[in-house]
Parts: sequence; structure tokens; C-alpha cells
Amino acid sequence: MNELLELTTTRNNPHVDPFMAMWEWQIPVYLFLGGLVAGMMIISGYFIFSGRHKESNCACFSIPFISLVFLSLGMFALFLDLAHKPYVWRLYTTFQIKSPMSWGAWILILVYPALIANIMMKPSLWMLRLYPKLSLWSGKVNQHPFFIKIIGISNMILGMMLGAYTGVLLSSMGSRPLWNTSLLWVLFLVSGLSAAAAFVHLFAKNKAESELLAKADNGFLVVELFVFVMIFLGFLSSARPHIEAAQLLLTGPYAPTFWVFVIGLGIVIPLIIQLLAVNHKIRHTAIAPIMVIVGGLVLRFIIVSAGQYSHWFNAHFH
Amino acid sequence: MPRYGMVIDTLKCVGCSDCVIACKTENNIPEGYNRDWIVTEARGKFPTINMEIRTERCNHCSETPCVSCCPTGASHIHDVGGVVLVDHEKCIGCKACVEACPYDARYIHPDGYADKCTFCIHRVEKGLKPACVEVCPTYCMHFGDLDDPNSEVSKLLQSRKWHVNLPDAGTKPNIFYLV
Ligand code: SF4
Ligand code: SF4
Repeated sequence: MNELLELTTTRNNPHVDPFMAMWEWQIPVYLFLGGLVAGMMIISGYFIFSGRHKESNCACFSIPFISLVFLSLGMFALFLDLAHKPYVWRLYTTFQIKSPMSWGAWILILVYPALIANIMMKPSLWMLRLYPKLSLWSGKVNQHPFFIKIIGISNMILGMMLGAYTGVLLSSMGSRPLWNTSLLWVLFLVSGLSAAAAFVHLFAKNKAESELLAKADNGFLVVELFVFVMIFLGFLSSARPHIEAAQLLLTGPYAPTFWVFVIGLGIVIPLIIQLLAVNHKIRHTAIAPIMVIVGGLVLRFIIVSAGQYSHWFNAHFH
Repeated sequence: MPRYGMVIDTLKCVGCSDCVIACKTENNIPEGYNRDWIVTEARGKFPTINMEIRTERCNHCSETPCVSCCPTGASHIHDVGGVVLVDHEKCIGCKACVEACPYDARYIHPDGYADKCTFCIHRVEKGLKPACVEVCPTYCMHFGDLDDPNSEVSKLLQSRKWHVNLPDAGTKPNIFYLV
């Protein structure tokens, strides 16, 4: 006969019992948009840094404004999640060095000027029509190649910080075994880069860039698969709470979604399609990039939800 | 500086929920929410099954993930007794601390801020006991300074066998269960 272990609690706090479900759709949406913007900033920064901005149709001119919109939408989702909204300004009257969320709040503040500086390199026509003065500023920015380099580098660095912090935010929580891997920030950063490469590939006007992004995306997807393997190896060779956390995704209640949407449709199939496309066996279509983007979104949902579900064993005497 | 903690005798606790009701009344806890609760744990192989009944709440840990994750400093360690508290006026309701607590001891109050057991610090600072300790009809709960070797709680820990909850989570809880 198996050993019995049964815990009964009288606690029934909303969104805490029967299992933690405090963070709902807002957080994964924010983590996804944050990761996507982070990836786009790194791509744009890299294009600027490597001198691609000399081509008039470089994606680095369209990326920053889209990023600005997406990031603002993400921050709005984050705001919607706050339960004590009138006090939101409290985030900015302090810096809590041990709190990833405090780091994030301040990183977001730094990201905006970097994006705006990138926009200033070549404001869109509608912006110029709204504020004719912009062309004056834009001229000043473009006078100094040094400025441009700084814009490229700062976008890359802030993009990396933004992408990494979304992972650290979760992995710093020792309370939830599934988040308890120091590779989570790598996973989120790579997944953000891959979604960004897929997304920019969709609207890039420059042929060479579009091709480069498809190739880069294939690389990111392979790395992402590898990171997954490393994360699961780490969990499965760890203690029981971590083994069970990994099993939530591998064989448990989240397995169908994980295997079908994250691994299958989100990584493996688009990888095959894009490999064929970059080798000119088939034509590029929007299908593979869209799959990658949706896979990235599902990944955030599954990690947030299964992570909250994972827990330590609340049993004590032997 | 004192380090406040509780020592709870699971051999005496009958799970009557008096502590739960006392807390709700003393601290005006809204309906459907709990700062403390009763857990019944049954374990073993039939017919030798052991049962432990215990009253649980925030452990006022010595390592506090709930405080370090807080972006505003609302979650903090009180000057007196190392009690872990939330400053409602600073809390933005981001729920990070709720997620960070391995005991799931916190919740979001309907008014929007994070809330949990305060060890009834408003009573303790007046020299009273926490409400739950005060009302327990079996006298199974003891409150005091764990850093004072002569306190009742320290003596109980020296003379009896005990366990804490989730020691593997690494938060160094300050509530001890006598077995
Ligand atoms: S029990 Fe939870 S809320 Fe209380 S101090 Fe420990 S970690 Fe923080
Ligand atoms: S919910 Fe409030 S107390 Fe908890 S981490 Fe957020 S701001 Fe701090």
C-alpha cells in the first residue's frame, strides 16, 4: 500500500487557493511585449552599430516607433494588473536594489529615451508634419557619427537589460520551483530575440536584412531549443519539487500546450520552414514568423501559469 | 534586538479555529480572507496513520523574499522584533510579494494592498499578546523573543522536539511546531 499524505487547509484566499493564480493575463502579455521590444532594440541597435542605417530603407528606422507603441501597451497591461493603482508613483520615489521589479521600473524609464533617440535619426513623415521642428533636431543627431554609434550601442545594451530582467523577475522567486532556474533570463532573452527577428522580417523592406533576419531567427530557435534542454536537465537532476515542476510541462497538465504550441508549432516547424526558405527550396511566407511570435506569447503564458502552480511540499513529519 | 516568534504545540492544537476568528475580529479581516488558518496533515501507511493539526500564518521569516522583491519598500522589516509588515500607503498591489512567499501567506486585500499576519504588532507593542495566542483555549500557542534564551519560547524549543514548515524553501521561518 502506498504511503498516504494528505493536507487539508481551511484557508481559501482569493487567487491564492487552491493554488496560486495571482498573476493573470496581464503579466504574460507584458513579459511577451517586453521581450519582443527588447529583441527589436537589440536588432535595431545592431543594424545601426554595423552601419546598416546608411541604407535608406533600413529596418532600424521603423523599429523604434513600433517598439515604443508595443512597450507602452505592455506597460499598460502591467498597470492594469496593479491592485493599488493610485499608488503607482511609489515605484519612482525609491530604488530597491534587491527587487528585480524596481530594476525593471527604472530600466523602462531609460528605454524610452533610447527609443526616442533612435526615432530621431529619421522621423517619419507624419511626425515631421506634426512637429516640423523635429527635422532640425534630427539634423543635429545625424551630424555626429559618434552620436549614432551611441544610439546603436545604448539600444543594444538596454534591449539586453530589458529582455533579461523579464526572466530575472520570475527566477528570483525561490518560492516557485519552475521559475527557479538561472537560465530563465536566457530563455526569455533568446525567445524575445527570435520573436523580434520573426516580426521585423515580416515588415523589413530591405531584402538583405529580411534574409539576414530569417537566418538569425533560425539560429535563435536552435539556441532556444538548447536552452530548454539545459533547463529541463537541470530540473530533472534536482530535488523533487523541481522534478515535479518540470513534469508539469513535460508530461503533466501543461504538456499538450507546451509540446504542441511552444515546441512544435512555436519552434520546430517554423525552424524547418525557415531553413527551407533560406536555402531557397521554398519561398518566404508569413506563416513561419507568425508561428514563432505566437509560440513566444504562449511560452510566457505557460511559464507564468505553471510556475505559479509549482510549489514546495508542505509536509513535515516523518 | 528581540526576534519575535511563535512556538505552537501540535499535540495540544485541536483545530478549533478560535485563533482564526480572533484574528478576523481583532484585525477586521474582510469576509472570505484569512491571515491565519488551520492545516490538518495526515501521513503514514494504514493502519499506522499520524495526524498533525496546526495553526498557520506568515512565519515572519529571517530571510524574507517577500521584502527583497518589493519594488517600493512597502514590504519591510519592522524595527521591533523583526516582524515583517506591509506599509499600505506604499504598496502598489503588484503581487510580487504574494508570489514570492513559499507559504502563500499573503493575499491582496479588497482595498488593493498586500496583506498578511502582523503578529498583532499593535497589541504586542502595548505589552499584550497577539489575539490568536490570547484566545487559544488549549494554550497551544506561545509568543515571545527567540533571541532571549530565558524566554518561554526558547525554553520550549530547547526541551521539546519541533519542526518548521518548508525548511527547504530557505526562508528561516520563526514559527516552530512542537511535536
Ligand atoms: S511567511 Fe511568507 S510573507 Fe511571511 S515573512 Fe516568510 S516569506 Fe514573507
Ligand atoms: S504587492 Fe505591495 S507589498 Fe507586495 S511587493 Fe508589491 S508593492 Fe510590495
